[in-house]
Amino acid sequence: MAVKYFHHALKFRKEVCIGCSHCMNVCPTQAIRIQGGKAELTDNRCVDCGKCYRACPVGAIIVEQDDFSRIFEFEHRVALIPNVLMGQFPERVSINQIRSVLHELGFTHIFEVEHGTRILEGAMKEYMLRHGQRKPLISTFCPAIVRLIQVRFPGLTDNLILLKPPLDIAASYFRKKLLDEGAKNKEIGIFYITPCAAKIAAVKSPVGDDTSDINGVINMDFIFNKVYTSMKQGHTGKNACQLPSLFALQPEEMLWSLTEGESSRMPGRSLAIDEISNVIEFLEKMENEENTDIDFLELRACDQSCAGGILTSGNRFFTVERLRNQACEVKLETPENGVTDVTASMEVYRNFLMDNIRVKKVLPRSMEKLDEDMKQALLKMQMVRDIMESLPSVDCGLCGSPTCNALAQDIAQGRAEITHCIFIQKKYEQKDWLSSRESLEILKDIWGEEKFGSRKN
Amino acid sequence: MNQDSQSMHFEYNVEGGNFSRAGYASSEIKKLLKQLNVDMGIIKRTVVGCYEAEVNVVAHAYTGTIYVDLNTESITIRFQDEGPGIPDIDQAMVEGFSTASSKVREMGFGAGMGLPNIKKNADQMKISSIVGKGTTLEITMLLQ
Ligand SMILES: Nc1ncnc2c1ncn2[C@@H]1O[C@H](COP(=O)(O)OP(=O)(O)O)[C@@H](O)[C@H]1O
Ligand code: SF4
Ligand SMILES: [Mg+2]
Repeated sequence: MAVKYFHHALKFRKEVCIGCSHCMNVCPTQAIRIQGGKAELTDNRCVDCGKCYRACPVGAIIVEQDDFSRIFEFEHRVALIPNVLMGQFPERVSINQIRSVLHELGFTHIFEVEHGTRILEGAMKEYMLRHGQRKPLISTFCPAIVRLIQVRFPGLTDNLILLKPPLDIAASYFRKKLLDEGAKNKEIGIFYITPCAAKIAAVKSPVGDDTSDINGVINMDFIFNKVYTSMKQGHTGKNACQLPSLFALQPEEMLWSLTEGESSRMPGRSLAIDEISNVIEFLEKMENEENTDIDFLELRACDQSCAGGILTSGNRFFTVERLRNQACEVKLETPENGVTDVTASMEVYRNFLMDNIRVKKVLPRSMEKLDEDMKQALLKMQMVRDIMESLPSVDCGLCGSPTCNALAQDIAQGRAEITHCIFIQKKYEQKDWLSSRESLEILKDIWGEEKFGSRKN
Repeated sequence: MNQDSQSMHFEYNVEGGNFSRAGYASSEIKKLLKQLNVDMGIIKRTVVGCYEAEVNVVAHAYTGTIYVDLNTESITIRFQDEGPGIPDIDQAMVEGFSTASSKVREMGFGAGMGLPNIKKNADQMKISSIVGKGTTLEITMLLQ
């Protein structure tokens, strides 16, 4: 049995899956096969980017979240919200309205994730100065990208910036602050409202770090629906004042999770690339070159970065527009009375946060190798090549593997048979090596009995 | 096809002047080495050398073929082109020396670091050239 490296938040519900192979065809790491009429995930290849989730026409793929009632296991219930949540709603929904719904749902505190970016920005700049010889340094903000690099570009794991993302910094700060105010550790429950599956997976099994200050995760679409329902009921957010007000985020903090949010803050030559296929294309090219004179790479799995997270409900382009407008409107003023100046409060904890900001080395987990042993790998490579000579190279996917080459590799690794290929079946039938009944059975094994049942005749 | 199961051969064509495809063969070779579970550092050095040599065929020659010979001990990659050839190889090996046209430089190639970088990264490098006919460059990398 292969060692399981990653926790996955994406779950395939077999009972709902119709085996249509849409997910298989969009997966950027070829982690999905069809078997017995159902999609099957190869855990160690999956990077939790969520492309399959978007492609599934019947909702068979779900994003596992914590049971909401878990928040009531804690006396202090903190909602950690990323700023993209604010961008989900039309302008007429005020921040106070959203805050008040969260309050009604049972949260006692609300804290924006992006408050963690100020300390991080300084730490990143310092890190870049110290590790300048490892160009380009790559942001670890997007957990799907970190995993992509581990499995597909293992040679680049050394280029990852080994610092915690804003989420973990914000969580550490808030827990520490509540502790200092007299709360007991086990009474504090910090819950992250997530825009994507990758962040969940990262919270449940942090890459390069083994503990998390976050107790649970709640999907953003769940919160979105709650806010919407409450708005429909004519809620205005008047009693939002029961929650302590915070001094608003600064513009650059508000924009951190959008494309160029990080790259625009880093010194030297930086590049921002969003959408996982774009990232793969870029990294493939970058691997070929001796020296790139790029200092910093911001890479995000989603188109429009977190505004395009799979659990967001709003149109990602409008979300970006709204957040940019909001950032322009932020007045650079000093906090009023009764409003907590987060920046100042976090400064008090700077040393504590900086002491805990590093994460452990991210290890390569190559999924490209055909075998651990080079001799075996070479034999399998030979086999793949031989098999490819008889496959049609049309990538029809009828064999249950995404491409002819993927099928050839599956066969070489003992996970599939050459007769899974429908072209081969036809050839074999012609030569009387296979009966038409047998080939039908093979297709049934792959695509499931039902697809051959009588729908019409 | 190769009879010896301990070794594999691959061939790629390179088209002179077609910069948009430059790097294709290098990427394919990189894939092979990843599939073989070769150490990442060795892959990196191989691919850097390979890419520079491939670009040289694209930038300086008319057409060429890349012959790859792969076994568990080593990979040998031979870049054989039809082109103008190199009149003075020692001079071509000097860092910064380049005869690249301004058009090639505009494409971001032609800094004169290709051959020196190949030499630096390869475990073995052989180069021979006949003016007016073509150039053959061979690099060998030890994989263990
Ligand atoms: N395959 C080739 N055919 C002809 N000339 C070549 C070839 N490879 C290299 N050269 C010559 O050697 C010079 C130096 O090559 P290189 O170090 O790669 O620098 P660059 O390609 O940037 O000019 C080139 O400018 C060219 O004159
Ligand atoms: S870009 Fe943002 S929303 Fe998308 S996977 Fe990465 S962290 Fe999640
Ligand atoms: Mg060159």
